[in-house]
Amino acid sequence: MSSVADSTRGAQPAPFFSKEATVAPPGFSRWMVPPAALAVHLCIGQAYAFSVFNAPLTKVIGITASAPDDWSLTTLGWIFSLAIVFLGLSAAFGGKWLERVGPRRTMLTAACCFGGGFLVSALGVYLHQIALLYLGYGVIGGIGLGLGYVSPVSTLIRWFPDRRGMATGLAIMGFGGGAMIAAPLSVMLMKHFASETSVGVAQTFVVLGIAYFISMSIGALAIRVPAPDWKPANWTPPATTKKLVSSEHVHIDEALKTPQFYLIWLVLFLNVTAGIGVLGQASVMIQESFKDTVSAGAAAGFVGLLSLFNMGGRFVWASASDWVGRKNTYFIFFVFGALLYYAVPQFAQSGNIVLFVLAFCLILSMYGGGFATVPAYLADMFGTAFVGGIHGRLLTAWAAAGVAGPVLVNYVRAYQVAHGVAKADAYTMTVHIMALLLVSGFVCNLLVRRVHEKHHMSETQLAAGK
Amino acid sequence: MTTQAAEKSSNKVLMAIFWLYVLVPLAWGVTNTLTQAMKLFG
Repeated sequence: MSSVADSTRGAQPAPFFSKEATVAPPGFSRWMVPPAALAVHLCIGQAYAFSVFNAPLTKVIGITASAPDDWSLTTLGWIFSLAIVFLGLSAAFGGKWLERVGPRRTMLTAACCFGGGFLVSALGVYLHQIALLYLGYGVIGGIGLGLGYVSPVSTLIRWFPDRRGMATGLAIMGFGGGAMIAAPLSVMLMKHFASETSVGVAQTFVVLGIAYFISMSIGALAIRVPAPDWKPANWTPPATTKKLVSSEHVHIDEALKTPQFYLIWLVLFLNVTAGIGVLGQASVMIQESFKDTVSAGAAAGFVGLLSLFNMGGRFVWASASDWVGRKNTYFIFFVFGALLYYAVPQFAQSGNIVLFVLAFCLILSMYGGGFATVPAYLADMFGTAFVGGIHGRLLTAWAAAGVAGPVLVNYVRAYQVAHGVAKADAYTMTVHIMALLLVSGFVCNLLVRRVHEKHHMSETQLAAGK
Repeated sequence: MTTQAAEKSSNKVLMAIFWLYVLVPLAWGVTNTLTQAMKLFG
């Protein structure tokens, strides 16, 4: 607190990238913070569009067709998997560091890692060394993804104590929307750089790496944290708090000792598992369910529509959670989601493509909404002092779901097809399993109670920040 | 115009520029995706 006061008085200016130097001056508008967060999330959301590089990367040597020494799709698949693993690990381990050094330094580190990861990968493509792609995009880029994901979220929660859900929804919506920019942009760049001797991927990686570094750095430079005693104008914290909304703070290490952390971990894990498996299979699923009706092009349109609902759901559902409460929002996800999953096979059997598409759009909106509502849920339960670090650790649920979801969908489908079930009917059991997962999530959410006061930080601990 | 008022109006301009900086690429991405999604109903 004293260091903050010193920096604002100008007695001893704090280093530019220090936490103290990011404290907003009086009169600073909090509406400057969401675009700073979006500048980072729109960049790292590129991860969802990495698959556009898969086909060209299998032809780096052969150019027009794969040569024997070219990389296979299986080899390339590890790049994205590594990135997601390192996203989870860096969010989990970097969260505590974020709370110590502040969002500006963390966001700048994320910019260096994410942009630098692309440059290392470009070198890997140029030298045709797959290890450099694993290291570049997978490890270094993955660390950038994790740090970039968590760093602006906790800052937004502190700026918008009156609308936590809306604020986090805005940023995390950017992560959903990033792929919509990256996919067409990457295709355009590869087309531009392609020649008789190159597929254009290395050059595209260089351009993207520099562009993402600049954009994320702008976000890092613009980010500000509120002064400790700041609150929105004309807003007073409600005198009677809701049952689950705490005004106390829980330390990041202490949060791991509460059952609430693990229950919310399961809530996120089950919600994401139910959505992520479908997201990866959406194109095949609609084509097999509506044979002779839906072409490959139309199926791509379906995937695009799902991406839009995934992005929009992040903002809409998280904003709605400010009114209906976080726990109730997840209840809606689990009940409504399970009913929709149960109904999907009937829509397919009756040939009703409109209801089929609508059901999946709503399911994907709730999948996105689950991501965007969880930071505000954590802030309600554990306070805002260490919410960035706690959120980072909770994101291991995402990494786990990223493995469990697709495996579950693919395995169940392959098992059924191998046992003689028609391809069009093979998804019935899969979606019923998804509905069951959501019912399990409902139970976990039901068990979430207010954090016991023995876990709360004392005033002294809070002032010391540990 | 007082210094404070000038500062406030320049802050608003900066904020508008910053919002456009993130919303314009997002709108471009959404338009592209919507165009592609229309194939489903075409």
